[in-house]
Parts: sequence; structure tokens; C-alpha cells
Amino acid sequence: MTKTPLQFRHNGRDVAVFVDGGVNLLVALRELIGDMTPKFGCGQGGCGACSVLIDGELHLSCLTLAEAVNGRAVETLDGLKDGPNLHPLQRAFMEQFAAQCGYCTPGMLMAAKSLLDRNPSPSRAEVIEAISGNICRCTGYEPIINAVLAAASSGRARA
Amino acid sequence: MPVTVKTFANFGEAASALSSDRSARYLGGGTLVMRALNEGDVSISTVVRANDLALTRIDVASSRVTIGAGVTFGRILAERDLAFLHAPARSIGGPAVRNMGTVGGNLFAPSPYGDFTVALLALDATVSVQGGLGARDMPIEEFLQSRERQSGALVLAVACQRPASADAFRYRKIARIKPKGGSVITLAAHLPSSGGRISGARIALGSMAATQIRARAAERALEGRALDDAAINAAAAVAAEGVSPTDNALGSAWYRREIVGVHLRRLLSGLE
Repeated sequence: MTKTPLQFRHNGRDVAVFVDGGVNLLVALRELIGDMTPKFGCGQGGCGACSVLIDGELHLSCLTLAEAVNGRAVETLDGLKDGPNLHPLQRAFMEQFAAQCGYCTPGMLMAAKSLLDRNPSPSRAEVIEAISGNICRCTGYEPIINAVLAAASSGRARA
Repeated sequence: MPVTVKTFANFGEAASALSSDRSARYLGGGTLVMRALNEGDVSISTVVRANDLALTRIDVASSRVTIGAGVTFGRILAERDLAFLHAPARSIGGPAVRNMGTVGGNLFAPSPYGDFTVALLALDATVSVQGGLGARDMPIEEFLQSRERQSGALVLAVACQRPASADAFRYRKIARIKPKGGSVITLAAHLPSSGGRISGARIALGSMAATQIRARAAERALEGRALDDAAINAAAAVAAEGVSPTDNALGSAWYRREIVGVHLRRLLSGLE
């Protein structure tokens, strides 16, 4: 089976890999590029742990054919921090105890970033809607919702 | 097992590739086909894709809308002209699934999925299909009845009339988890009226049979009548006629039969 060349922007950096036919983006990111921040949860699109932004839009990397991102920009949790400085969402998640086991956290953060990029001052209902495709089984949703709202208001305070 | 991926610049070539290979599947948004590949579905050996912009076009005429098969639910939600389809689009998945899942793919989503198709069935949509023998338009009911045999054909677009008023089209998805959850029952009703009387009602149900179906007895109960309590009760009483739901984790067949009339009554009377 021949491999297909694939080039895309990964967190602002150009990457080039060879993929097997039918390989999903999550596998390409984790096994070929070494970005372990998107997580494998269900492989079925049901849990949101593998959420990434493709051209700024929230997508599930496990249901994305790797070849389909050729020439596009993929953003993962690994690209959220700015050098040693955490992203306001990451700080808020820490301060609000919004991560217990942490497995859903990368997906939650990307879903939250996708929301705040479009809507810097979301209502509580909008936050709930934005993370509705992301399943958390241990922390509980309340601290996560509070953290997203706190990050939004800290963003407003800075602006 | 690796599969062969064939990507085409135009839908005609993609349709030929699809119709000439029984183990080929068309990959749209990925929420069905990638899911099958992730599960190790060995019946798929070739994946066909098309980057044709014709598949992602939305045409809104005064009374009729045509939506390319590759249009995502996220795009429908961003179109003010498609406001009558926002409720069904919003009822699907979370935001990521809505950014990926397409109108064309939803036609193939097995029960308990395929909520958008319930809305299209109530709206008497037409499905444009490109097969080995060329393109043709077929009523959505005919498409759904022959869905198993359509996997070798490429759906290009769906089209439907815009409801005459916001009140003439109603949609409700019953799920155990909100805002995101699988369908216990999905209901849609198109209720055109003339002179205060219902004329040409179409009621569609999801998760009540192997494919989306019409509640024809309930439609007949409304025909020619004003949408009053008596007509609504008559329709609700026969809502379960002709349904053949199955048991799944979201609800038993018995439960679905018991509550379909309740939810149809709420839909028709405009209750939350």
C-alpha cells in the first residue's frame, strides 16, 4: 500500500508526513507528528476528547481523514500556550479546578477556545451548548462551565 | 487495514468511481464513514471524495431552497435564509459534529440518527442523485425506501419548498440528554393551510422504524380540518399506526409507541 504525502500547518508550523490510506487526523497528529495533546476517547465522534480546530473551526480529529487537512491549518491544545505563559483558558481551568483526571480537558479547551474566538462574552447557556459535544466523566461540568466563563471575563478585563 | 483514498475535483468523476466499485464508500463529513473505518469495517476498501464546490452550494430562491449534499449543519445555522431548518440542524450532535456532518450524509444515517432527514421528509424534499446512468431527482420517500441500494450513487443535493409561514413547519427531537443526545423520537410536521383548514399535511417520524417514515394516519386525521383540539387529538390517537420501532438504549419499542402520540399532540398544539 502506497503512502500519501500530506502537508499542513500545525500550530503555526509547517509539517509534512506520509500517511496510510484511511488514517485519521488524530493518529497522524499523535503517531506521526508527536503531538499527544488531542486524546483518543471513543473513535466514534461521541466524546470530543480529540477536538481540534481546522481553519479555526471545531472538528473531531478522529473522524477527520488525515488527507483532508492537506494545505489547511490545524490547531491543537499544544498551540494554546504562549511560550511559558498559559492561555487564559488554561489558567482559568487550573484556578477553577476544572480538570480532575484531565482526559477530557484538551477537547474541552479547544471547544471553549472555538466559542471564545467567535463570542468573547458568552452566556452560561452558550457555554453549555459549546461544550455539549465533549463528555467529562469525573470532574463534573459545573467547574468547567465556570472556568470558561471566568476566562471570558478575564479576557474582557484585559481588553 | 489501509484503504485506497480517491479524491476527485468534480462530482461526476467521483460518482463514476463510486458506481464502479461495490466496496467504495463516499466520504462526506466523516461522521459515518470515518467512524466505520475506525471500527475496522472491512467492507470498505476504497474511500471516494470530491472537492467539487457544486456540492457545497446553497441556492435560495423565493419559494424553493436547494442545498448541496456537502453543506454542513454548521453552515445551515449560519444562513439566515434557512431559518426554518435551524431547529433540526441544531438538534444534531455538538458543535464539532455540526461543523462536519452534512445534509447528504444525514440521508444515510441509520436510526436513531438522521434527524435532519426527518425534517426533509416532512418538507417533501427532492433528492438529486448521480448514479452510473446519469443524474436524476427522486422524492425523498423513494430515496429512503431504496436507501440500501443507493450507496453506489452519489447524492448531489436536496431541495424543498420553503414553508409558507414559520408556524407551518414544526420540529421536535425528544432526547434524554440536553442539549446533545440521541433521538428517542424525532418529529416534524409541515402543515400548509388554506382558509384556516389544513391541506396537504405531512408528518414525519424518526427512530420509529428502520428509516424515517410518515405518520400517514395522523396526516389523514388533520386533512381538511382546522388545527383545533379535536383534530389534534384525532391525529395523536393514530400517531403510532404503521410504526415499527426497535428497542435500544435510549428507549424501548413499547415506550416509543406509548409516547409518540403525546409528543405529536405537543408538537401540533405548540406546547413546549
